[in-house]
Amino acid sequence: MNATAIADKEPAPMPRKRRRLSWGALLGFALLLVVTVAMLSPLWFMVSTSLKTTKEMLAFPPTFIPETFAWSNFAELFTNSDIKFGQQYGNSLIVAVSSVIGTVLSSSLVAFGFARYRTRGSGLLFMLVLSTMMLPYPAIMIPQFLLFTKIGLHDSLLPLILPNFFGSAYIIFLLKQFFSTLPNELYDAGRIDGSSEFRLFWNITLPLAGPALATVSIFTFIWSWNDLLAPVLYLDSQENFTLPIGMAAMMSSKFRLAPWNLLMAAAILSSLPIIALFAVAQRRFVEGIVLTGIK
Amino acid sequence: MRRKRMNRETKAFYWFISPWLVGFVVLALFPILASLYYSFTEYDVVHAPVWIGLDNFRELFHDEQFWNSIRATLKYTLISVPLTLLLSLAFAMLINQKVPFQSFFRTAIYFPSMISGVAMSLLWFWVFNPQAGLFNYVLSWFGVDPIPWLLDARYAIWALIIMSFWGMGAGMLIFLAGLQGVPQHLLEAAKLDGAGRWKTFRNVTFPMISPVFLFQLIIGIIDSFQVFTQAYTITQGGPSYSTWFYVYNIYINAFKNFRYGYASAMAWILLIAVMIITYIIMKTSNRYVYYEGGQSR
Repeated sequence: MNATAIADKEPAPMPRKRRRLSWGALLGFALLLVVTVAMLSPLWFMVSTSLKTTKEMLAFPPTFIPETFAWSNFAELFTNSDIKFGQQYGNSLIVAVSSVIGTVLSSSLVAFGFARYRTRGSGLLFMLVLSTMMLPYPAIMIPQFLLFTKIGLHDSLLPLILPNFFGSAYIIFLLKQFFSTLPNELYDAGRIDGSSEFRLFWNITLPLAGPALATVSIFTFIWSWNDLLAPVLYLDSQENFTLPIGMAAMMSSKFRLAPWNLLMAAAILSSLPIIALFAVAQRRFVEGIVLTGIK
Repeated sequence: MRRKRMNRETKAFYWFISPWLVGFVVLALFPILASLYYSFTEYDVVHAPVWIGLDNFRELFHDEQFWNSIRATLKYTLISVPLTLLLSLAFAMLINQKVPFQSFFRTAIYFPSMISGVAMSLLWFWVFNPQAGLFNYVLSWFGVDPIPWLLDARYAIWALIIMSFWGMGAGMLIFLAGLQGVPQHLLEAAKLDGAGRWKTFRNVTFPMISPVFLFQLIIGIIDSFQVFTQAYTITQGGPSYSTWFYVYNIYINAFKNFRYGYASAMAWILLIAVMIITYIIMKTSNRYVYYEGGQSR
């Protein structure tokens, strides 16, 4: 504190330093360059493989740029009836979008309840919400699976979607933090007008929460899009697969030889929605990562 | 009047939280209790559960696959989580210096994290291909003979660990956000006091970002205990059970061998392990975690 005060007082204008990188900074820069190349080279390998013919893909040493661009690999994903990639893409979209809608709707309702009302038991119940944040899915998946199977939802997308409509602990926590920052006065006018509590939530709180909702939507989308374990438990038939399980199945299916070019094309296409989200909403996207630690 | 208002508030409260309340009872509380019950039974779904007391736990104790799964998961966790954390912190600090092309490096190192889950596993399966893969090709520049990465029990888990480093970008972004929150005046004060880089890091920067570090450590360990995708997609737990991860073992026992009781016993052990780890990290963190305002939780 004192130090800054002193620093501020220092009157002598610094002689204009030539911008010169020190050896340490240069070393750091070189290190960053090397690591960036190392990080990006698998991506390059993925893209170039996806455009190679089967013969070229097995060549050693690998060619960096495909001799002929086999764009047909991408088309084959959709035309080859053994793969059903298009349908699985659709399934993944249905699951991810419904999960986002369900999670955001339910979690914001619940978060609003916890943020606005102090009543007997509310503190205790919120502790309960927090305590389920760390609950590992594998610890509860067996009874959940038996439950959904018992009500006839096996081999359907519903067991992947429905749980999202009951709120997600972590998102409830994040949204509650956000709603608590809104001043109480916001609601007074509405209360005097006799608006229902739900109207206060729907017409006053939600419109103000746009950025926060965008952040948690991105988080939920990515999480749902990448989820493998639950689809593996519930989905049996290829038409119902989501992308992750469909791609894993492609690995081990009827091909005599693993079709690496097709698999890389699938890996690229399956990552596109996430890359697109990053491109259009980078700030919210990064915020989502920072808040949730999703990988 | 006042009582009526209280009533109205209480009603509204329960109305708003009802989705979570229902979900908690049906999708969390019931499964936790049910799997506790199943863990003391023999249960294959076709027949009703049969109470067998502690037999499942006794069997686990002598089950080689179970110990294999613990060994593989711990090895993976203990190596991959701290190293990924340190790498992502190191690169966050490097980028946080005034390097040229800062935002390019940030995006480039984060970008791979967007190829996640099964897509990432497929890509690395191919990168580690012994004949035509990128990894052995790069190693061949240095005269290293082809290594059968995923086909050899000695190397498979190391291949998965190397692969996990590729996802350090997310951690790096989190640390960058933390580093940008370190007040500039503290760093300047340290500089004026003549503290070197290491001392500044040790006494100013790290204490300020320690909550971020702790958060990532907890999430990292808990996620890593549940590693499944790589085993399911790439190795099927092999070779020789070297990547037979804990959750993969639960999955196989429950959904391939239909031993729901036995698998539930393992699920409960996981639940307890996660609770203990979380508790230990939170407890010991008091020593090194600085929460703003001087309050240590």
